[in-house]
Amino acid sequence: MSLLDIQTLSLAIHGTPILKQVSLAVAPGEIVAVTGESGSGKSMTALAIMQLLPTGAEAQGTIMLNGHNVLDHPEAEMCALRGAAIGMVFQEPMTALNPVRTIGDQVAETILIHKAMPSAQARERAQEVLIRVGLPPDRFPMSRYPHELSGGQRQRVVIAMAIALRPQLLIADEPTTALDVTTQAQILELLKGLVDEYGMGLLMITHDLAVVSEMADRIVVMRQGEVVETGPTAQLLRDMQHPYTRLLFEASGHQVILPGATSQRPLLEVTNVARDYRLPREGLFDALGHHRAVDGVSFTLNRGERLGLVGESGCGKSTLTRAILGLEEVQEGRILLDGQPVFSGRKPNPAARQKMQVVFQDPYGSFNPRHRVSRLITEPFHALDTPPRGTQRQDRIAEMLTAVGLHPNDAHKYIHEFSGGQRQRIAIARALITRPELILFDEAVSALDVSVRAQILDLLAELCAAYDLTYLFISHDLSVVRTITDRVMVMRSGRIVEQGETERVFTNPQHPYTQNLIAAAPRLPEFGKGAAQVNYPC
Amino acid sequence: MLRYALKRLLSLILSLAVASVVIFTVIEVAPGDPASFMLGVNAQEDTLAALRAELGLDASKVQRYFNWVGGMLAGDFGTSYTYRTPVSQMIADRLWVSLPLALFALTLSTLIAFPAGIYAAARRGKPGDLTVMGATQLGIAVPNFWFAMMLVLIFAINLRWFNAGGFAGWDKGFWTGLHSLTLPAIALALPQAAILARVMRSSLLDILGEDFMRTARAKGLSRRQALWRHGVRNALIPVLTIIGLQFSFLLAGSIIIEQVFYLPGLGRLVFQAISARDLIVVESVVMLLVFAVITVNFLVDLAYAAVDPRLRSRT
Repeated sequence: MSLLDIQTLSLAIHGTPILKQVSLAVAPGEIVAVTGESGSGKSMTALAIMQLLPTGAEAQGTIMLNGHNVLDHPEAEMCALRGAAIGMVFQEPMTALNPVRTIGDQVAETILIHKAMPSAQARERAQEVLIRVGLPPDRFPMSRYPHELSGGQRQRVVIAMAIALRPQLLIADEPTTALDVTTQAQILELLKGLVDEYGMGLLMITHDLAVVSEMADRIVVMRQGEVVETGPTAQLLRDMQHPYTRLLFEASGHQVILPGATSQRPLLEVTNVARDYRLPREGLFDALGHHRAVDGVSFTLNRGERLGLVGESGCGKSTLTRAILGLEEVQEGRILLDGQPVFSGRKPNPAARQKMQVVFQDPYGSFNPRHRVSRLITEPFHALDTPPRGTQRQDRIAEMLTAVGLHPNDAHKYIHEFSGGQRQRIAIARALITRPELILFDEAVSALDVSVRAQILDLLAELCAAYDLTYLFISHDLSVVRTITDRVMVMRSGRIVEQGETERVFTNPQHPYTQNLIAAAPRLPEFGKGAAQVNYPC
Repeated sequence: MLRYALKRLLSLILSLAVASVVIFTVIEVAPGDPASFMLGVNAQEDTLAALRAELGLDASKVQRYFNWVGGMLAGDFGTSYTYRTPVSQMIADRLWVSLPLALFALTLSTLIAFPAGIYAAARRGKPGDLTVMGATQLGIAVPNFWFAMMLVLIFAINLRWFNAGGFAGWDKGFWTGLHSLTLPAIALALPQAAILARVMRSSLLDILGEDFMRTARAKGLSRRQALWRHGVRNALIPVLTIIGLQFSFLLAGSIIIEQVFYLPGLGRLVFQAISARDLIVVESVVMLLVFAVITVNFLVDLAYAAVDPRLRSRT
C-alpha cells in the first residue's frame, strides 16, 4: 500500500484554480520527484499535503496518508502529524531557520512539541540527528546560531529538524536550488542515505531535471496545475509520451551553435587584478582587516569571443564583474577595455564605460516599474556623448525590440505587462542598444524556467551572428556555460584556477577543483539530442 | 557580548562629551546677559560686574566650560541665577517626580501595547484587528492633554478616586506617591501605547511572513505556538527602538501634562528657567536630558544584542 496517495486533488485559491485533478503516490522507501516549470503547482501540491495552504485555499479530492485523508483532519490533528509523520524541507536555507534561536533548540523543538520524550532526552536525540546530517558537535555545537553556518550547513539543520522524529514521509521543496553544485551533491547524497536508512518516502519537488534523473525512482511531470505524465524514472526517460515532457527535457539540455570567433585582437585586458574589502576592526586599536575577494586575476578577452566565468558563491565572480564595469576601484593591477582603463582618477572612466553594458540575473528587479519600455531600453544612451534623437532614436528602439524577438509596439508598454523571459529579452535589448563592444551577462539566465532559458540561449546565439557580440558570461550553471561560450575560466577563492577552451576544460579538466565541480554537477541522461553531445562548428 | 557592551559604552562617553560642548556653545551664543537680567535694566555697571564675578561669568569661555563640566562630574551643577539655590538640589527634587512618572507611563504603555499589537497581528484583517487599529488611530489623533482633562473629569471630579492635581511626595509612602502620579501616567501612556501597538503589530506581521515561521508550522507548531515561540522575539527590535525614543520623550516632553496636573516636574523647571534666563539651570537640565537619552540608547543597544545573537557576534 502507498504511504501517500493523492487522488484527483483540485485546489483553488480565492476561486482561481491552482491544481486540477492531481493524482500521485509515494511508497515507503521510494523517491518520487515532482517536476515542472514555475506556476506548475509543484509547491502547492506539497503545501496541500502539509495543509499549510495560504488563506482562501479550497481543496477537493483526497490526500491519503497511511489510509487517512488529511483533508478531513482538523487543524489540531494536522499539528500532530506535521513534523512527526510528515517532515518538510524548504528551498531557502538562509531564511528557513529562526535567527535568534540556537540550532540545538530548533532541532529539539520538533521533538518537544510532539511530547515525544522528556527535555534532556530530546536534546540528546537532537544531537544524534545533527551528527547524522553531518554536523558533529566538535565543529558545530548545538549552541551555534544559524548565522554562524553556511547555506549548506543550514540546510542540514533544516533536514535534521524534519527527520528528528523519523517521519514516514519527507517532503523536500527545491532543497538544493539555492546551493552550490558541490554542496548540492552532498545534500542529495544525505537525503538519499536517509531514505535508505529510515525507509522514508521522499517527495521531492524540483525544477532541475538533472537532479530528478539522478535521484528519483519515479517522476511526476506537472504543467499549469495538472499532472501531464508520470512513470518510473528509467522508463519515462526512455519513452516520453507527452510532448511537454519531451520539450522540458530537451530544453534542459539545450545546445546552441555559436558562430566562429572572428579576430584575435584583444578587447578586454585584465592584468593581476586584486580587490580588497575592508573588514570591521577586531578591537578598537587593532589594524583594519582586509578580505581579498579577487586575487591576482589576469585574462584577455578577444573581440568576438565569448568567455565564461564559473565558480561557486563567494568565489569573487561578482566582485570581478563590478571591477570590470568600473564600479569599484581595484587595489592592484589594471583593467583595460579597448586600451583604455575602466577606472581612472578614482572614478569610472566614461570613455570605457560607454563601450560596455550588463545584463543582470533578476528580470523582475532590474527595471524601474514606472517607466515605459522605450525609456527603459534607451537608458544606456545617457552614457553616450551624442545619443541618437528623434526618428533615429525611434528606429533604434524598433530595431532592438525586433532583434530580441519582441514587437516595436511593445515600446509603449510597462514592464509589468511582460513575462520573466520577455523581460530578460528587454534587458538584452537595453544592453545592445548602444552597440557596446562588450556585454557582461551576470547569471542572466539563472532565474528563468528551462524552456524560456532555451529560447534566450537561442536568441544569444542569433545575436552573436547578427551583431558579432563579445561577452563575458558569468554563471554557476555549468551546462549553460558549456554551450554558450568559446572559452571558460574557473574561479575559486578569488583566483582563476583554470582557463581554456570550454570543451577542453569540460572534457579534460586539469585542476582538481574543476574536476570536483564537474563531477558534482548532476547530469541529464543522454537521449535524443543528449546533453553530452556538443556541437561546435569551430 | 562584553566587547560589544564596552564599545557601546565608549560611544556613550564620546557622545556625552560632544553633547556637552554643543550645549555649552549654543547657550553661550544665545543673546542676553543673566546678570543684567537679574538686576534689571537700571543696574549700575559696577554692581553688574560684581554679580558677574560672583556668578563666574567673567572667566574665559574655556575656563567656564571646564568649571561647568568639572562641577557636574562632582555633582555640583552650580547655583541658580534666579533662585540662588544649588541647581543640583532643584533638579533632584524635580527628577523625583519626572523619572518615576516617565517609567510609570512607559510601563503602562508597554503593558497595553504588547498584548494589543500581538492580538491585532494574530488576527490580521479580522474584526479584532480592526478594533485595535481603530482604537490606536484614535489614541494617536487625540492629544494627551485632552485625555488628561477627561481623566480628571471622570476619576477625580466625578468618582473622586484620585486628586485632580498636585504631587503628594514620596515621603508619605510609595503608594501615596504612585497614586498621585496615576492619572498623569495614564494620560501620557495612552498615545504612546497607541504608537507602540501599531509598531508591534506591523513588525510582527513582517515576521509572520518569514520563511522560518513556515518552518515552525511544518514542525508541528500551531499558529499560536509559532507566533509566541518564533515570532514575538524577532519582532522586538523595532519595538525596542520606539520604546527608547518614547522614554526620552516622556522624561522631558511631559510639560503639558505636568501643567494640567500641577506636577513639579523637569518640564516645568526648564520652562521657568528659560523664561527667567536662568542659563545655568537650562544648561544643566538639558545636559541631564541628553545624558538620559544617550543612556537609554545605550540600554536599547544592549537590549538589541540580548534579543538578536547576530548583533553580538558582528562586533
